[in-house]
Amino acid sequence: MTVTLERQGKSTAEDIAGGQATEPTVAPDGHASGAAYPSTVPALHIEHLTKRFVVGGRRKRKTVVAVNDVSLSIPRGEIYGVLGANGSGKSTLIRLVSTLLSVDEGKVEVFGHDIVREEMAVKRLINRVSVDAAFFKKLSPAENLMYAARLYGVDARFARTEMVRILGRLGISASRINRPLEQMSRGMQQKVSIARAFLTSPVLLLLDEPTTGLDPRSKLEVQAFVEEIRDQHDATIVLTTHDLEEAERLCSRIGLLNDGRLVAEGTGAELKAGVPNGRDGGDGPSTMHDVFMAYTGRSLDDDHEEKPADDDNE
Amino acid sequence: MALMTRELRASYAFVERNFNLSKRYWGWEVAFLVYSVAGALAVVLIGRDQDNARLILTLLVGATFWNYLSVVFSIIAEQISWERWEGTLEYTMMAPVRRVSQLFGSTVFAILWGLLHTTVVLTVLIFFFGIDLSRADFLTAGVLMLIGSLSIIGIGMMAATLPLIWVERGDQMVFVLQSLLLLFSGVYYSVSVLPEAMQVVSAFSPATYILDGVRLGLIDGVPIGQIALSHVVPLIVMAIVFIPLGAWVFGRAEAYAKRTGKLKRVG
Repeated sequence: MTVTLERQGKSTAEDIAGGQATEPTVAPDGHASGAAYPSTVPALHIEHLTKRFVVGGRRKRKTVVAVNDVSLSIPRGEIYGVLGANGSGKSTLIRLVSTLLSVDEGKVEVFGHDIVREEMAVKRLINRVSVDAAFFKKLSPAENLMYAARLYGVDARFARTEMVRILGRLGISASRINRPLEQMSRGMQQKVSIARAFLTSPVLLLLDEPTTGLDPRSKLEVQAFVEEIRDQHDATIVLTTHDLEEAERLCSRIGLLNDGRLVAEGTGAELKAGVPNGRDGGDGPSTMHDVFMAYTGRSLDDDHEEKPADDDNE
Repeated sequence: MALMTRELRASYAFVERNFNLSKRYWGWEVAFLVYSVAGALAVVLIGRDQDNARLILTLLVGATFWNYLSVVFSIIAEQISWERWEGTLEYTMMAPVRRVSQLFGSTVFAILWGLLHTTVVLTVLIFFFGIDLSRADFLTAGVLMLIGSLSIIGIGMMAATLPLIWVERGDQMVFVLQSLLLLFSGVYYSVSVLPEAMQVVSAFSPATYILDGVRLGLIDGVPIGQIALSHVVPLIVMAIVFIPLGAWVFGRAEAYAKRTGKLKRVG
């Protein structure tokens, strides 16, 4: 059973084609802006996206479909949650949108820009926070953020001021920004990672399990910051998680991925309404856990992940 | 113009980042420098042991300029492995930066760092051995280093793709490639002592022309004009071929890594 929903702001192919030749608008401080795009152009539009990997050694080589015919459309300003167990294709989906993986089949457009034909335009509009805070750990937050600012064309003076403000908002004082990141806790590093993404003002922010592995307090702080971004800034967010409560709290809509397929999509309430019985088939109200079990046939604890083929082992 | 400014800023990001990393890993940098100085001294002392002034100079040029070439080559060739090890490869590869700007930034840093490193090594050697370079033609050495660096950069760019394609074995391949450059390029001897088949291979190594030309300039005071055809032209041809080839190979390797998911793995 799949919940079919009306997609807000869904545009036709013709609408999107109108924006293809547009270079992202860049503000004087170097930030990209989505303001130039008609509101009818979705922030992210995916059609029949498929990605396959060859896994295993030479003798046990097989093809795995990591993302299987996924279609979705996310209007501007929405927080869209992608929920799924490990190995369900969440991170592959984010990597495809991030241009870190090539598309096997289908189409992905960010504000009308095709990620294959207009890769550079797409890169200026997006940023990504991955589950592992990808930093030069010997460098300080200031050095890492300045590196990011220069890569994204953000004015250096603006970046120096702005990084202090953003890190301060995330509870990292100015006195700590010049110490090596390796001296910070995992939670602090993840906050710096979010600050780094936010410093470049992406109009499409891809958060790939940003709170996984964080302590409860850090998790709440990060979640609050995501809500602040949603409420105060012109950003669209795609958030992958396997935290059901987090998805329900933060996301306007949630898509459930199972074995690479989008098996359900809707608001938390809509998804729960689509599952008739409560936990264990009882009479209580349905929970997101019930929804997950109903659509995937397994618990989030049944995680697995397959590695791509490693030519080194041939 | 705006595009060029943006790309230059992006290139500078790599220069600044690498200097910051060198600063933070200063202990290792000092250790490598001490190793380079000690290694160069040990090699050149063979010449003193033989009481042969020309051998001292031959070994000094070999030790010093191989140090420069290997620093430049290593920094460019290991940039992918380095980022993979740090876990930042995906972040850098998804940034809105043209690959040519990224490679240009890494190259500028490599040359500056190589020059700094080599200046220290050369200064120590000159003082230690009391070398008389009054006959030397520094212009010859400078021109050969400059043009030769370009072709080394092209080879470095091609070598950098190895860890992109083969996540673990790529590093080993880069190490082997560097060793072969050392062997075939006549770093401490004339390539004429190599077996004939190896001499054919050495003709395709830019380091062969750089080292031989620098020796002619610094030891014999040969002006650049005299070796333009024999040394400068082959280096220019190699630069013209190797740099675009390196950029093309890098692009192909990146496409392969994106198709197979090899940007993901960390060291």
